[in-house]
Amino acid sequence: MPIPAIRTEGLGKSYQIRARSARYKTIREALAQGWRRIPAMFRRGEKRQTRETIWALRDLNLSVNQGEIVGVIGRNGAGKSTLLKLLSRITEPSTGFAEISGRVGSLLEVGTGFHPELTGQENIFLNGAILGMKRIEIERKFDEIVAFAEVEKFIDVPVKHYSSGMYLRLAFAVAAHLEPEILLVDEVLAVGDAAFQKKCIGRMEGVAREGRTILFVSHNMGAVRELCHRAVWLDGGRICRDGHVDDVVRAYSSIQVENSFTHLNHEFGFTIERIVLKNEAGESTMHFVPGESMAVEIHYQADRPIFRPYVWMTVQSLWGTCFAANMILDGHRPEVLKGRGRLTCTFRSLCLLPQDYTIVLAVRASDGQAIVPPQEVASFVVSGDLRQFGFLGDNLHVVAPRSVPVVVPYEWTMPDGTVIPIQIGTGMEEVVRRR
Amino acid sequence: MGARGKHRLTSPSPQPAAAHIPLLRIEPSKGWVSLQLRELWVYRELLYFLTWRDVKVRYKQTALGAAWAIIQPFFTMLVFSLFFGRLAKVPSDGIPYPLFSFTALVPWTFFATGISLSSSSLVGSANLITKVYFPRLTIPFATLLAGLVDMVLAFLVLLVMMAHYHVTPSRHILYLPFFVLLALVTSLAVGLWLSALNVQYRDVRYAVPFLTQFWMYATPIAYPSSLLPEPWRTLYGLNPMAGVIEGFRWSLLGSRNEPGPMLIASSCAAVLLLVGGAFYFRRMEKTFADVV
Repeated sequence: MPIPAIRTEGLGKSYQIRARSARYKTIREALAQGWRRIPAMFRRGEKRQTRETIWALRDLNLSVNQGEIVGVIGRNGAGKSTLLKLLSRITEPSTGFAEISGRVGSLLEVGTGFHPELTGQENIFLNGAILGMKRIEIERKFDEIVAFAEVEKFIDVPVKHYSSGMYLRLAFAVAAHLEPEILLVDEVLAVGDAAFQKKCIGRMEGVAREGRTILFVSHNMGAVRELCHRAVWLDGGRICRDGHVDDVVRAYSSIQVENSFTHLNHEFGFTIERIVLKNEAGESTMHFVPGESMAVEIHYQADRPIFRPYVWMTVQSLWGTCFAANMILDGHRPEVLKGRGRLTCTFRSLCLLPQDYTIVLAVRASDGQAIVPPQEVASFVVSGDLRQFGFLGDNLHVVAPRSVPVVVPYEWTMPDGTVIPIQIGTGMEEVVRRR
Repeated sequence: MGARGKHRLTSPSPQPAAAHIPLLRIEPSKGWVSLQLRELWVYRELLYFLTWRDVKVRYKQTALGAAWAIIQPFFTMLVFSLFFGRLAKVPSDGIPYPLFSFTALVPWTFFATGISLSSSSLVGSANLITKVYFPRLTIPFATLLAGLVDMVLAFLVLLVMMAHYHVTPSRHILYLPFFVLLALVTSLAVGLWLSALNVQYRDVRYAVPFLTQFWMYATPIAYPSSLLPEPWRTLYGLNPMAGVIEGFRWSLLGSRNEPGPMLIASSCAAVLLLVGGAFYFRRMEKTFADVV
């Protein structure tokens, strides 16, 4: 009989949101509040109504067996991070309980406690201790960590002189050498360059093979599918679906077509109502075939006119940024965004391999102020047969999801003079058929 | 099951032993909770690393570096000697006034710097508190321990001054570690109260400089406590720093002013303050990650 490593029953976490959004109070407020409460103390049963209760997580019953790798997916604010924070004891539940058997290591962020003034070596020890490693354990793994991070030459340099890539590599390297029985991971793989991300996923797979239990929160469906066997989809603080990773991810992806993203900026009176992705036929979808065109529609509502803003979007994969459409670079800006409207960017030909992608969008005012800070606004999946474009490699279905996704049209000229063009896009069927 | 305390780690064993798997139960806690000193012990290495970090970082970006640990009490001593010693002719128990006031300023600077740094320590470590679990007590504690290094530096200057004034300590110096401990306990007590309060009420940041100043006048730094007759002097000992400072003078300079009953009052006050502070801290701890 499998032993549960994590078991929760009725687990819930509520936050009191004050009408005024101040997160902390002053003594003056507390005194004033206490004063006002005095009459209420004499009237029994009366409750203060000024606060609103938000349930970040509600009545969660979850059981994870030892050695299971469970992906936790869901929209922002669905309760994923709250779940990890409760299980790692950073914050306390409001209701229910959780039982955990085994040493827990949580990775909610890489590089927690890194100090810019300290050297790489000093930070390894500090960060390791913060993550719960013993000094002797860190000493034993020190060389391995340094090698993994590829920072041998800079180990005695304060990390403030590190490039952001080196910094993240070192931070992840320490975290990756934690050896708890239960590992809670939150979106930390979404950092670093592509090669390093692959290395991290490899490391995670290694950890998984050792029979450890992993709870893995991610927006990256590709990574979830690659790592996990089981997925839990959270929505509104409750479990929406729990089961085999493929089923859950598919179900989750299918509702993500549109309306999944909204953004409101009070200061500018600017709302992004939704992001719609459309294929060549003009249908709203999140599934595209290689070579197809993709229109990204930004449906906005500008209560106050916004003059000459910059819009910038990038298409990202597990490998990092694939390509971008950037008004700062091309210089073509809308004169004004006013009232309800739509701005569309059409990528003519998605010369992309079958993988999962996300779109990051940012909008800046003409003076550079962030109206919409860079963030993931939509995701899409490219899937389809590559053979029609001249890709004839063995095990394409295994190799393609793990290769650099962007394919710029190219051709081989062989020693005997034969020319073999490779291009993801329309018109290639003709070329391939002639061959 | 319900009778078990929350957050109780049955064993900190890092081995994935099949025979003995530590079971941890996470559930809402109510009211006053246990201090979990055992867990603090398990995390002693973290305490060491955080202290070490604070020591390393403290003066890294300052031009004068660790010299600040000496400059601060030394110049205060000069000012005190001029105004209180020379002009106001404040008595000093028969000890040269500069030595008299500097001996007090060594533990006082430790205390004043310690409470001001530790009161902001939790808020300053928000990134840690919201991302990793560990006993939060380690944060203000480490900040204080790092201050001990400063105290040692200032103490070296004190030794030089004692040599200058030809003062040799008597066997009473054996009691000095106790007074250092009392200073640490007092600072930790106040630090715990202030740091936990500061998470909830950001007023603390403004109140601390005022509190420190007020407290300094209420402590025999510029003047001897022998100015007070008994029983007021013993009552005065309820300010634990009064006990610490008179203790420093007695053990190092051989002042005739024996702290006796005053010291008992100081020790009791410090311990009560610490126990209260620790329980208050633990009670508030569960809200830190949500509020900070």
